[in-house]
Amino acid sequence: MPSTPTLKTLLAHASPLRSGDVLAGVAANTEQQRVRAQMELADVPLRRFLSEAVIPYEDDEVTRLIIDAHDAAAFAPIGHLTVGGFRDWLLSPSANATTLAALAPGLMPEIVAAVSKLMRVQDLVLAASKCRVVTQFRNTLGLAGRFATRIQPNHPTDDPRGILASTIDGLLLGAGDAVIGVNPVAEDVGSVSTILHLLDRFRQQYEIPTQICVLAHVTTQQRAMDGGAPVDLLFQSIGGTEALNRSFGVSLSLLDEAWQQTLELRRGTVGDNVTYFETGQGSALSANAHHGIDQQTLEARAYAVARRYRPLLVNTVVGFIGPEYLYNGKQITRAGLEDHFCGKLLGLPMGCDVCFTNHAEADFDDLDTLLTLLATAGCNYVMGVPGGDDTMLSYQSTSFHDALYVRQLLGLKPAPEFEEWLTREPEREWRMIS
Amino acid sequence: MANDLLTCLRAVTDSRIGLERAGGSLTTRDWLALRAAHAAARDAIHATSGQPDIPPPVLYVHSRCQDRQQYLLRPDLGRRLADDTELPAGPFDVALVVADGLSPLAVAHHAGPLVGALRNLLAEAQLTVSPVIQVSQGRVAIGDEIGERLQARLVVLLIGERPGLSAADSLGVYLTYAPRVGRTDAERNCISNIRSGGLDIALAARRTMALVQAALARQLTGVELKESAQTLTAPTARLAESAAAPPQAE
Repeated sequence: MPSTPTLKTLLAHASPLRSGDVLAGVAANTEQQRVRAQMELADVPLRRFLSEAVIPYEDDEVTRLIIDAHDAAAFAPIGHLTVGGFRDWLLSPSANATTLAALAPGLMPEIVAAVSKLMRVQDLVLAASKCRVVTQFRNTLGLAGRFATRIQPNHPTDDPRGILASTIDGLLLGAGDAVIGVNPVAEDVGSVSTILHLLDRFRQQYEIPTQICVLAHVTTQQRAMDGGAPVDLLFQSIGGTEALNRSFGVSLSLLDEAWQQTLELRRGTVGDNVTYFETGQGSALSANAHHGIDQQTLEARAYAVARRYRPLLVNTVVGFIGPEYLYNGKQITRAGLEDHFCGKLLGLPMGCDVCFTNHAEADFDDLDTLLTLLATAGCNYVMGVPGGDDTMLSYQSTSFHDALYVRQLLGLKPAPEFEEWLTREPEREWRMIS
Repeated sequence: MANDLLTCLRAVTDSRIGLERAGGSLTTRDWLALRAAHAAARDAIHATSGQPDIPPPVLYVHSRCQDRQQYLLRPDLGRRLADDTELPAGPFDVALVVADGLSPLAVAHHAGPLVGALRNLLAEAQLTVSPVIQVSQGRVAIGDEIGERLQARLVVLLIGERPGLSAADSLGVYLTYAPRVGRTDAERNCISNIRSGGLDIALAARRTMALVQAALARQLTGVELKESAQTLTAPTARLAESAAAPPQAE
């Protein structure tokens, strides 16, 4: 009689094939072994997840966060179910926006990761589409019938004029309600503050109901705030283990402190969701911080970190990491839908950087497929990059035109405050800041 | 968009702004231009022909990757030499390595001229230099094993960077002091974006040489070794130092 496998092993073996799990040596060896693991996982009672951590409580502050923050009362309505029973419940009419919102604090990342491994694409789309996660800062994101975009006006030398040119291009195409968010090349406080001031002046000049973010390290943003720079949203890349977060140069206590500092600026006008997080499957393995856990379960654990800070925006950067983690369009597509589903179930305002690098076996058709699926699944927002070509990060993401395609196809609109602004002054004159 | 505004905006960025719409979508012309740029990047990654013209002495070796697919899936194998690899006995001051990386095209276009310029500067400085070790299916860290086995004080590795849509043949240079298996990226210095329209060969060679001398003098490379401002005279210098650059080759 073989011994019962640990949850960690079962989760890894049950995970649909992806290159990162093979590279880590945790994947099932055969398709049949994978399905056997899925069948075994389907029979696991959800309660087992409450007592068996994939990384010990003593070893990892993300585990401690997950267990300490777990809401037993919220969990109670599904406490009698197995993982397979939970999938069936999610697809039933009993699961709706109200019951799912009430359930979210009772769910642990490993539970949602587990159930996602039993789901096919249509399940991931349908169950996620039932969730509604609404957040606010200077506008309202995540409402039914709405689909937002981040303008990502990156420039290879942080040239202020270049950043503004791409920003204006995006606004003229109706993008930018989620955030105008720049990935800076230079990580020093001076450069970051310069971009923050530039975009804040621009936002005020044209009274744009959106928020600004420069995606530097959290400590750089803190120093910028110390110097009086206008930080709307605090950004940070995060992951699902303490060791991975350490490799990003952050910890929960550091994030707590930075979050409080940002809240105290009180820059939001309609709400106080002041954080923005990015995640992505595979980052833990690449930092050698994966503890032998499959990359999708680790990704879901990152969402436990995110939800502590009531974020305005969370997005998985699904195709950026490279083919050794997600090899092709099929793996990227599945991962994007899993991440969106898991984040939404945990109560996060999920967006997605639908993207690919040139060394992945993926192309614009794969990008369109995932974009369309995510939009039907109720994804809160996607990136908007001029022409889909990010000339700073050297990868392809969704364009302003791609967002227009989705809005046309599904009759979706921007955030209400932003929509009103877009139609307010059709003859608005744009002046270049030289 | 008004034409004068569009002209003004386009002058300040290479991003694909001001694209016309067919309905809300890209026009046929812009869509096919985007697809063409992606095709060029794909072809650069999978290019098999076009060896660089590097004068002898050159030694050809392989990583542990059997083919391109394995190279993409198993970065660990691309960081190690094939088991039967024979290398000359050292020691050398500097080991010169050329790896195809993610753009064999970049190596074919720029490695020959850059090796020539570097050999001249290294000879002027009276440093002993290894034969060029040219690696197929190699990643940045393979220089650590090569440098260690050559008993080199410093390894200088030229590698094809991950092709972007604006440039498919960009070469990078990585310097690692006291190379040995297990060095991390934080222990390296990088000069990136060497290509036509980017950092030119002559300046790339001078900047590499300045880093070589600084590394040998201070006996280290990595985050504690900065380039001096005098060598950063090209407009692309700031881009070349971008934090985003190293992973593109890795």
